[in-house]
Amino acid sequence: MSRMNMVQALNSALDVKLAGDPDVLVFGEDVGFFGGVFRVTEGLQQRHGEGRVFDAPIAEAGQVAVAIGMGAYGLRPVVECQFADYIYPAFDQIVSEAARLRYRSGGEFNAPITIRAPYGGGIFGGQTHSQSPEGLFSHVCGLKTVIPSNPYDAKGLLISAIEDDDPVLFFEPKRLYAGPFDGHHERPAVSWDGHSKGDVPTGRYAIPLGEAAIAREGGDLTILAYGTMVHVALAAAEETGIDAEVIDLRTIVPLDIAAIEASVRKTGRCLVVHEATRTGGFGAELSALVQERCFHWLEAPILRVTGWDTPYPREFEWEYFPGPQRVGAAIRRVMAE
Amino acid sequence: MDGEGTLRLHIPGARFRPGDRPDFSYLRLPPAGAAPRPPVDAPAIATRDLAFGLVRTLDDDGVAVGEWNPGLGADELVRGLRTMALVRAFDERMFRAQRQGKTPFYMKCTGEEAVATAQTYALRPDDMCFATYRQQAILVARGTPLDEMMGQIYANALDPTKGRQLPVMYTAKSRGYFSQSGNLATQFPQAVGWAMASAYRRDTRIASGWIGDGASAEGDFHQALVFASVHRAPVVLNLVNNQWAISSAQSVAGGEESTFASRAIGYGIPGVRVDGNDYLAVFAASRWAAERARSNHGPTLIEHFTYRAAPHSTSDDPARYRAGDEWERWPLGDPIARLKLHLVRAGAWDDGRHSAMLRAVEADVAEADARAQALGVHGDGPHHDPLTMFDDVYKDMPWNLREQRDELAALPGRAT
Repeated sequence: MSRMNMVQALNSALDVKLAGDPDVLVFGEDVGFFGGVFRVTEGLQQRHGEGRVFDAPIAEAGQVAVAIGMGAYGLRPVVECQFADYIYPAFDQIVSEAARLRYRSGGEFNAPITIRAPYGGGIFGGQTHSQSPEGLFSHVCGLKTVIPSNPYDAKGLLISAIEDDDPVLFFEPKRLYAGPFDGHHERPAVSWDGHSKGDVPTGRYAIPLGEAAIAREGGDLTILAYGTMVHVALAAAEETGIDAEVIDLRTIVPLDIAAIEASVRKTGRCLVVHEATRTGGFGAELSALVQERCFHWLEAPILRVTGWDTPYPREFEWEYFPGPQRVGAAIRRVMAE
Repeated sequence: MDGEGTLRLHIPGARFRPGDRPDFSYLRLPPAGAAPRPPVDAPAIATRDLAFGLVRTLDDDGVAVGEWNPGLGADELVRGLRTMALVRAFDERMFRAQRQGKTPFYMKCTGEEAVATAQTYALRPDDMCFATYRQQAILVARGTPLDEMMGQIYANALDPTKGRQLPVMYTAKSRGYFSQSGNLATQFPQAVGWAMASAYRRDTRIASGWIGDGASAEGDFHQALVFASVHRAPVVLNLVNNQWAISSAQSVAGGEESTFASRAIGYGIPGVRVDGNDYLAVFAASRWAAERARSNHGPTLIEHFTYRAAPHSTSDDPARYRAGDEWERWPLGDPIARLKLHLVRAGAWDDGRHSAMLRAVEADVAEADARAQALGVHGDGPHHDPLTMFDDVYKDMPWNLREQRDELAALPGRAT
């Protein structure tokens, strides 16, 4: 065990895989000598060599295409897309190619690639450094989408993603890199030091994709969240005094539907929280699934707290960000029904 | 200032449209044998004349001349001739199968057979090809049973894509043939990635990537050349300039202002523009590029200058957008006729053997088609259980797909 923040935990996951599997290689913008703008690949080139951890041309479409070709060969490339906001040039290669390669070839070829991307807001990044595009990818069959909320999960999930034989999008909430941010931006930042999820094994361990975690047990209300919103939901539960159960989905595709059903059938109420824009977002899918599968247990309409349907505005970050105040208000509304 | 005034927008188009009399005298066609063959470690800039010129080996009399003459033996040339004829016969048969309703779609490569045939024989059998829809000759040259290819077209039990893909979107991993996409240009940078992986593993296999003149306008083309150059990927990058992207002339993709091969030089990649209807020239350029790749000198861009004699697909009618006799007037001729002439002039072939060979390949195609059709054609299936549509989305089927499969399975009277 070692104390790690999320950056260190992700670095450790890559380090473990690079050391243990010669088919793993890491590339992307600035990931080589420099170690990445968020330092996730720090020291990896020095430890594992230039041939395995290297800077790639700034062309996300090219990076993913090259990774697909490498995957078809039999390697397990890990691509860092410097910000999730920059992933769109690679959309065709991800959606039309990586996602469908196994299917269209009848299983002859597959794309065992991992695309890591720092994601989400809370750092005054404005509309090009704050987005949460998971809903664009969760809509695409053939892709898996992972969003960790803490260092321990981040490492175990990234190892699973790299070992997975299907393409995985791995979105890293960058506001959680240094500490468990609960939306109280007015308070001093908290580090992962002393947080139970900041104790991370130094060796290999895997957290299966598709298994949610119960971040907080409760009996009155289920809050479905992932990434930064897990911490916001926890804060809102404490502050409202409502006995909420917070489910950290961890992977949205594949989705742990059994954990969701079990919790909602227990509590009878459900709130969905995500930072991404609302319309057509993953929360809509969650809301529909809960309605289809738990209707007879529901005592109140399912509500969503999300980013507004606007681009992410820099100067109005905290009006946009779904913080504990908005989540708390929604909790009270669901409980009042 | 001279020429200043209101601005003018240039809209390129085709030189000839229906009703025009095509005149290709504007093409600058250097004589066969004129192009020098640089050593395989030549820098990109040393290929400038090759990239703007045209490598040709067969002169008008069918005699192979110049440094690019690969010196192939008669047996190898007859093999190439036979493969091209087989591909043409296969295309004719499948085109008719579409007209007969046995497949919803087909695409011929008529007039372009030399490009993929000669390159395939210049590669090793286990080099990986990332083809488009007009390089069926790769599969034929590598000995793929024709009924297997037809099975994909008919979506019957022989179809490795299990009835999921558009006809002609082959996949054949064991034959070094990457799963075709249908989305244009995406395979070009993937070929570079495969080649990088082969170099990373210190393998000896190289990759061969393919793209058309029209699709070279996509960003994937640029990314492929950037990554190939930056990482000196062992890849042969082929651009088949067959003059037409459905109805859009190659000028719309940038072929009017420069040659496609010349783009390579700006990336630090050697570029070679080759007479794509000259089997020997394509073979020689491909072998040169493959040698470069295999000896760690990196990628080469080959522009195969040819002509799409066929419609784009069975859904296309070129009479609506191009002059009807362009193919007859194409100054670089028919690759099969030209190689035949060469062999005849060399005393290794004659009309009698040629006719017998044509009859033989047609018989081969007919027999293969009989075997393939015995397993069913499009429309009398489905030949795969529709429930298999839920397979291979992921390695392991998640709960939502299991539920959807069960939902379909429970429908009364579903076709299986």
